[in-house]
This record gives sequence, structure tokens and C-alpha cells, in this order.
Amino acid sequence: MEFVSPEGLRLDGRRPMEMRQIRAEIGAVSRADGSAIFEMGNTKVVAAVYGPREVQNRSQQMSDQALIRCEYSMANFSTGDRKRKPKGDRRSTEISLVIRQTMEACIMTNLMPRSQIDIYVQVLQADGGTRSACINAATLALADAGIPMRDLVTSCSAGYLNSTPLLDLNYVEDSAGGPDVTVGILPKLDKVTLLQMDSKLPIDILENVVQLATEGCKAVANYIREILLENTKQLEYRRGV
Amino acid sequence: MLHNKSFVKKTKAGKVMKQVREHYLRDDIYCGAPFCTACDTSAARLSPSASTILVVDTNVVLHQIDLLENPAIDNVVVLSIVLEEVKNKNMSVYNRIRAICSNSMRKFFVFSNEYHRDTYIKEMSGETKNDRNDRAIRVAAQWYQKHLGGAVKVLLITNDKENKRKATEEGIHAETVESYVKSLDQTALLDLLVRPSSEDVNMEEVEDLRPSKRKIIYNEHKPMSEITSGLHRGIYHQGKLRVNRFNPFEAYVGSESIGDEIIIYGRSNMNRAFDGDIVAVELLPQDQWQEEKSLAIACEEDEDEDDGVHLAPNSADDAPRTVPQQGSTGEVNTAPSRPSGRVVGIIKRNWHSYCGSLDPMPLPAGSGGVAHALFVSKDRRIPKIRIQTRQLENLLDKRIIVAVDSWDRQSRYPSGHYVRTIGEIGDRDTESEVVLIENDINSRPFSSQVLACLPPLPWSVSPEDLSNPIRQDLRGLCVFSVDPPGCKDIDDALHCTSLPNGNFEVGVHIADVTNFVHPGTPLDEEASQRGTSVYLVERRIDMLPKPLTEDICSLRSDVERLAFSVIWEMTPEADIVSTRFTKSIIKSSAALSYVEAQARMDDSRLMDPITTNLRNMNSLAKKMRLRRIQRGALTLASAEVKFQIDTETHDPLDIGMYQIREANQMVEEFMLAANVSVAEQILKSFPLCSLLRRHPTPTREMLEPLLRTAAAVGLHLDVSSSKALADSLDHAVGDDPYFNKLIRILATRCMTQAVYFSSGDLTPPEYHHYGLAAPLYTHFTSPIRRYADVIVHRLLAASLEISKLPPVFQDRLQLTSISDNLNYRHRNAQMAGRASVELHTLIYFRNRPTDTEARVVKIRSNGFFVFVPKYGIEGPIYLTQKGEKGSGEWYVDEEQQKIKKMDGSISYSILQTVQIHMEVVEPQPNRSKLQLTLI
Ligand SMILES: [Zn+2]
Repeated sequence: MEFVSPEGLRLDGRRPMEMRQIRAEIGAVSRADGSAIFEMGNTKVVAAVYGPREVQNRSQQMSDQALIRCEYSMANFSTGDRKRKPKGDRRSTEISLVIRQTMEACIMTNLMPRSQIDIYVQVLQADGGTRSACINAATLALADAGIPMRDLVTSCSAGYLNSTPLLDLNYVEDSAGGPDVTVGILPKLDKVTLLQMDSKLPIDILENVVQLATEGCKAVANYIREILLENTKQLEYRRGV
Repeated sequence: MLHNKSFVKKTKAGKVMKQVREHYLRDDIYCGAPFCTACDTSAARLSPSASTILVVDTNVVLHQIDLLENPAIDNVVVLSIVLEEVKNKNMSVYNRIRAICSNSMRKFFVFSNEYHRDTYIKEMSGETKNDRNDRAIRVAAQWYQKHLGGAVKVLLITNDKENKRKATEEGIHAETVESYVKSLDQTALLDLLVRPSSEDVNMEEVEDLRPSKRKIIYNEHKPMSEITSGLHRGIYHQGKLRVNRFNPFEAYVGSESIGDEIIIYGRSNMNRAFDGDIVAVELLPQDQWQEEKSLAIACEEDEDEDDGVHLAPNSADDAPRTVPQQGSTGEVNTAPSRPSGRVVGIIKRNWHSYCGSLDPMPLPAGSGGVAHALFVSKDRRIPKIRIQTRQLENLLDKRIIVAVDSWDRQSRYPSGHYVRTIGEIGDRDTESEVVLIENDINSRPFSSQVLACLPPLPWSVSPEDLSNPIRQDLRGLCVFSVDPPGCKDIDDALHCTSLPNGNFEVGVHIADVTNFVHPGTPLDEEASQRGTSVYLVERRIDMLPKPLTEDICSLRSDVERLAFSVIWEMTPEADIVSTRFTKSIIKSSAALSYVEAQARMDDSRLMDPITTNLRNMNSLAKKMRLRRIQRGALTLASAEVKFQIDTETHDPLDIGMYQIREANQMVEEFMLAANVSVAEQILKSFPLCSLLRRHPTPTREMLEPLLRTAAAVGLHLDVSSSKALADSLDHAVGDDPYFNKLIRILATRCMTQAVYFSSGDLTPPEYHHYGLAAPLYTHFTSPIRRYADVIVHRLLAASLEISKLPPVFQDRLQLTSISDNLNYRHRNAQMAGRASVELHTLIYFRNRPTDTEARVVKIRSNGFFVFVPKYGIEGPIYLTQKGEKGSGEWYVDEEQQKIKKMDGSISYSILQTVQIHMEVVEPQPNRSKLQLTLI
């Protein structure tokens, strides 16, 4: 299958190094302490953060740091076939864990001992790259909740099809069965916190693909920063500062 | 880096699911005209001085590809929507138009109109997909005209009347293909045009055809919607139609839905399907399964059902399919008949162009006008094709290429158009060219990009090579090569030294081709496409350019060459103690021919090192061979012939059986061992992406003809395993010396050929090589002439950590397609080689009518097939004249495989020796053929 035409265009008209349109909105769930919607093309994810609050299950309480919990789910209407999906299947457990670990790396948990932070992410519409979109949404929601963080975490994926590294795979490209690398970075600290890959790649190509995904993460980070800045300005304006 | 601003979401309604795909529209897609001031012209392809730019629609590309390939047509804009539609309809045309677009000599530009902000259009409500796409083409043409201004004329080429009318209304210049070509004023181009299919033909032209031709001959093809629902409900079956190479009135459709092959008898049941088409088939009622067959032969007798003289087959792939024969006496055949069916629709056409000649016909009285002629393809699976030509008198004695355009219900034959002339029929060069074209062999000279990948000449081993730590200096060893006489592409050499502990060190040194052919280079792409060198009787078509084939890689004597070596320590009993692999530098001390090597070994006076080494190796090889045979490897036989060619006229001077000497077997044995060692090594390192070679175990059904023949002569063969078969072949000794070889030849032709595959595609038990009785096998020893070996060299180098594995090995689908291509090329190269031998046999016998001995190998209702051992050919001998079938004079005894005269006076039985006369006859002008008759 031809995923990149000889003219250098992908099936959806992007060039190999281009990301899909991204869009973010803060404060979508008013009851939560912080929330955000994040879209990468047709992938749409909502994240809500509760906390820091008292630990519900006392036995899990930690005296030196906060407990981070994360729950990932997919809305039944998120894919075309509208199937009822059981909660807690292997894939969602795994993604929950990935998100939790990625977030733990940036939240300054030591500042909030004996408390708990809950992160809920739900995929409203899935079109490839859900993992990255979830992490980006969670970052925004955490920032919205005012939870202290070392840095933003942003994520983006890249793949390798038709001997070309491709940024931000959509569903069609993702289902081609090629390698798919998801990278998460702390942009200011310039550190990688997440690196996942299905299938195999020779090491030098992997470097290129990871590099591309990292560039994507940085672009996401710039956008998220803009959104946060805009949001802060709005808040300032409302306060009348 | 960042995404685009404007985008439109396009919704495609699938079967059940609504699918939403993003579709980004861009403003950085350029027009491809170098004189454009608004666009980036770095990738511009159109001519700087173009006065007219053509925009072609989908049907023009699909039907007039032969015209587009002609260099007279240039400055063409191919829209991405057109490419997409072409790709969905016909992959081979798509590949051809893509090849034109990427050819730097042609001025074809691909414009991605579907992603351009100004040329993308949404489907309007009530608009069909076709209408929408036609509109998109018009919008793009209009955009071009506006974009480039009045300096150039943008011309839309379309044969669709409606589309043309709308275009003219919208102010776009539009013309049909015919009128455009006429305006070019080159009459030769007109023959390339595809004739419009019957519905578009003007009334006057219809009158022209004889009324008898206008009656309906074939059933209507069902519409696609009905086929799809029929497939779903299981009343139709989908599959690829394969026509029997030896009987074009019989075809098979391998159907997954019923898990069996459906047989289709006769042209009317085939219903205009071609070999390779994907068709929908309906099963006939069971009571018609048997009947249909005899019917088919009876009603189509008038067509030329000729079994010519051919080269004896070497494997089941070359031999006719065996269908249980029906005795002429009409006794009931009790064999369970296979399902037979008829084609109800064609899902995908496999039409391409075919090589052949026109049916001989008298010239029409008023010459010069348009004449109708029938084209007969060399490939017997293809029906005759009707063409129109303005140059009939030129074409009658020529080999020509013709493409198929359409086949309507009223015509007995499909219609097509002339593409080009190859040369005169019977001329050796022409016929060789035909052989190459028929087998899809690329014999064009290598392109300049490919040649640019070669190292500078004269090449020699450099100090860097010598100091390279991965390369072992083996120049001190006494290495030599043994090959057929006159061999210039020497890819293997050997050495053998005695070790102090009484063992031997044996080395197989293979030309280090991958040192020069790097993955991803044009040279590598070209070699990968060619897949193999092709050996015709009088010429060789190389896989790699000549400097590599005959010089830089060739392990000639007395020059230093780079090699990839497999080195074993072996006990005198030929047990392998250790194996190692290394890149090396060698200096061959002698390039021997088989005859020379044999003579040296046989001459007891010679005691020089080479001869001693040869003798040592020969004794090791004999032990290895014995062990291999004990394991159950089959020693099969084929009737290979050898021509002696006149060096000046290239005509065959003499013909004879290829003699196999001990020296051949010795070299072969070490090559087999090297291949096995390498296969083990690469599979250990890369269990999922190694390229291996397997030989499937023949099924009982495939061995059926062998067993029937054997039973008729009172021989019992055990075919339960390769070991059992090998043993019973050893015990098959008849009263004459040739009997055993004959049985082996018959056994060989029952087996299919070995094939390449990627280890990730199959499970280890399927890796088995039946003929060699080896669990693992690959090809390592001929990288100069086989691309498979190049791949294996790369795998081996990567497994030794000498180099990295190229990225293609990560791509399983691509690996599979590479091995498929290798199998296809390998098979074609063999068929071309055989066809070339057949051609030279014909040329040889042209002036030499010969009497010789032959063996009966197959009984038929009107005669039998004989095999001529001396010349390796096989052909029919008719006892009754053609057209007098079933006259009742002869009858066939199925059980004993005999054909007897009714009065019992004469009978011929299988494997019997007969004396025959061979002579080239010319039943029709320019159509000579070899004829066999009994003396
Ligand atoms: Zn332009």
C-alpha cells in the first residue's frame, strides 16, 4: 500500500513531517478541579483532574508524596463500530499505567504528601495517536488544576512506512502494522519521559523516527504554552488585574 | 512542521460504518511549468517552451496507455484523481503511467489536484462518484488555464462526450484522443489508438461487419452489484482464472469458497475471461460436469488445437495438467469428476499486450485502406484478437505486439490494437526478442544512473580493502574455480588443504557482490527487479552490468578478488568439524573447465597441488553425496541439451545431450554444503526475515501420471517419502540401459519447482527441501547472477556483524513481495531459456531432416507423445489424421497404457521405443514447425 505518494503527500494530504491540526480547550468539565479537551486531527480526548484531595483508601496513603491515580477509558461512540467496550480491559489498563507513570514524572508529588490526585481521561473520538492526545490533555488539565509540575509533559507519535519516517500517524497509517513510536518529553528540561514502540526498527532509523517524534512533542509544547498563556490572560482579565 | 490551516473533512460511507477521514488542503502544490512565475519551479517537469499542455482523463490513461508511452505525446499533466482511479481499475496500467511520470526523458507532471486548495471539490448531492471526478478534472484543467494565462493552451483530452460538452461550456479547450492525434499529423500514431468499444461505434461501421458476426455469442456479464451479492450468498465463487497452457479451452479457477479448483471447459463457459483475470464463477449442475467436456471439444474443433513439438518438461510447472483421459470407445470414466462451472462476470481484467503474429490472410483488393485482421498470440492461452490496421501488407510476415481493448458479446474474438513490430517471423533475433518479451525479461541496456553506481575502472583490490579488519587475506591459499567452458561470470572458487591433524580445510569462496551493490542504490533496485541473469542459447542477459559480471566480481585466475568465504574443517570421512564465515581476499590460481578438471583428476601422472587438491575434494564430495542420497535426496534427471553455436552466424552447428561429469558433481556438492551452512547461520540470527528456498513435497495427485506409467510397465514405486521414492527409483531397472534414466526424467517432471520464501511467512516444518532432503536450504553461491544470493549475502554479513541489516528486512510485506518477484523472475528466466532452446532446435532441424529413436511417454486417443532423448524434445505423433477423431480404428487401453488398432495388428505401449522421422514443415507461409512422424 502506498502511504506516501511519489509526490511526497500522505493519504490525508499532509507531508511526512507534518502534524495534524491540533486544538485545545481548557475548562471543559466545570465540576473538576482542572480539565481540558485536546484534539489531534480527528482524535479527541477529554481529561479531568480532581485533587489534591484526601486519600480515599487510607492504606494507600503515602507520608512523603502524593498518590497519583489515573483512569483511561474510551467512549463507546469513539470508534465507528459503536461497540460496548468492557471497562478495564488489558489495553486500557496498560494505557492508564503509561499515563500515570508519565505524569508522575513531572508532578512534584513531594509537595503534597498524604494526598491524592485523580486523572480521568476519556477518548471521545479515536483516529490514531490516542495515547499522545491523552497525555497532552492530562498535562493541560493538571496545569488547569494548578498542580505544581516540574515541566509540561507533551507527547507525539511517529512511524515508519514506505521507508519514510512519518509524524503523527492517523488511524489508517497506524493500522498499516508498521513501527509506531510514541515519545513523551519534558520540553523545558529537554528530557524524554516516555518511549514506546510496537514492532522493530534498525537502530539508526529508530533514532530518526524518535527525533521526528520529539520535534512533534516540542511543537505540541509550544501550542500548549500558548493556550495556557491565553487562559491566564483571560483569568487576569476577569479578575480585573 | 506545523499543520495546515484550512482543511475539509471528507466523509466516506462504508458498508456499515461511517468513516471520517481528514483531508488537508494545501497551498504549496505547484503547477510544474518551468516558466510559471507564481510557483516554485524546482520540481517542474513540463517543457519550458510548451505551447499546449494536455490534461488527460482517467479513461484516456486506462485505454490509451500505448499512445501515452509514445514519445510523440508530451507535456501532459496527470492529475492525482486520475492516478487514483487508474490504480483502482488496473494496477498494471497504473505502474506504466507511473513509470512514464518518473522517466526524466518524458515531460509528464503529476499534479496533486485533490490536495490543492483551489482544485479540490466536494461531492455535490445527487452527483455520482464518476461525475464528481470528471468535474474535478475539469476544475483542474480550468485552474491550469487561469493559472498559466493565455501564453499556453490547456487542452483537456477526453473521449467522454458528456464530459467534453460540459468542458466546452465551461470554456475549457477539449478534444477527443482521435482528433488530437489526427491534429499531430503522424499517421503511425493512429494504429496505436484503441478502437472505441461497440456502443460508441458509429452506425456505418456496424454495417461494415458481416451480419453473422453480430449475433450474440456470449452470455452477458452480470453487473457488479449482482456479483457481489452472489458472492455473499455463496452462489458465485471468486478466483483467478488460469488457462491450461497446453489446452486453451480448459481453465481453472482456484476458489477459496469451495476449497477446490473449478474447471471451466470451453470458450463459451469462459465467457470472454482471459488468463489471470479475477472472475466470478457459477457452478454447473453436477450432472453436467462430465458432459461439458466432450461437448467443448466437439464444438470447437474448428479452432486450431495443435500440440506442437516442445522441449521435454523439467518439472510439473512445465508439463500439461493431467486430467483423467476418456477412452475413445466411450467407456464410463469412474474417476470422481471435479466441479465445473462457467464465468458469470469479470471482477478484474488482466489485459496487457501480447506478442504474436497475424493470421495469414489474403491482402484485400484495395490495399492501403483500413483492414481487419486476426492476431494469434504466441502464448496459446490467449484467444485470437481482432485488430484494425492501415499497414496490413507490412505486418503479415512480422512478429508484432498487440494490446486488447474490449470484448463484446457479439464478437467471437476480443478486439485490440497494434502496438509495435518486433521483426520478421522466423528470424532468430526477432524470435529471441519475442522470447524475452513473452517472459517479461528486461533486456534493455543499464541506465546511466545504474552505471554511475559502478566503481571506477580499471578496478583492483585497494590497500583499504587489505587493511580492513573484517577481511581476511587468503591470497596465499591455492584457490581455483571449476565452471562450464567459456564461463565469464565466475562466482565461486574452491580450496582444500590438508591439516596437520589429518583433517581437511575446505573453503568455498563466493564473489563479494554486496561489496559493490549497496542497498537502495539504483544498481540494487535494478538488480532486484531483474532478479536473475537469463541464459539464452546465443546470449546472456545480465542481472548486473558487464564490468561487475565479467570483471570486478568474477573470480578469474591470477587476479586478486574480494570474496565471501565459507570455510569448514572436515574429517577425511567428510564430517564437518567446524564452520566459519569470513569476507576475504583471494587470488585464484586456475579457472578450470569441467573437462579440464576431470582430465587432471583422471591423469594419474599429474601430482601438482591443484590436481592433488582436486582429488582430495572429489573423494570428500563423493562421501558427502553418498550421505545425502542415503538421507533420501533424489537424484533426478532432466534432458538438458547443449548447442554448439557458430561463432559468426550464431546458428546452431550441433546439438547433443549435456554430459555431466564427476567434476560437475564435485562442485555442486560443495555449493550445496555451503548453501546449507549459510542457511543455518542466517536463520539462527534472523529467524523472521531470512530468505530461504523450499521444495514442497509433491502430492499424490501430482505423482499420479508417474505411478500410472510405472504400473503399466509392472514397476512398483513407493512414494510415501522422498527416501522411499529415491530407493524405488534406484531399483527401477528395466531391460535396457536407458530405462532408469527415463523413469527418473518422468519422476522429475511430476514435481513442482523449489521456491524462495521469507522465513517469517512459514513455519519451520514447511522450510523443508524435498528434493535435497534437507530441512533448510538457501542460495548463497551465485550472487553475480541471482539476486536471492545478494540478499543472502547481506543477511550473512549482518549475522556476522560485518554490516547492518538494510531496513527492507524489517518490512515483512516487502520481503514477501521480493521473494514473489524472485520466484516469478526465476521461473520466467527458465521458460525463456527453454523457449530459446526450442527456437534453436527448430533452426537446427530446418535443413536437417533426421531419423532417430524415441520413447512413447503419453498415450492419447488419436496417437501418442514421444520423447526424443537425443535432442531432449517431446512431441505428438498422430495415428489418425486430424479431424478424423473417433473413426474407431484405434482404441486406448487405459489400464495398460496402450493404444491398439481395432484388428489387433499393431499396438504401441508406454515407454516403448519407436523410430521416428523429424522434419521442419511449413503448413502456412512463415509458420514453420517441427513435425514428428513414425517410420
Ligand atoms: Zn504555477
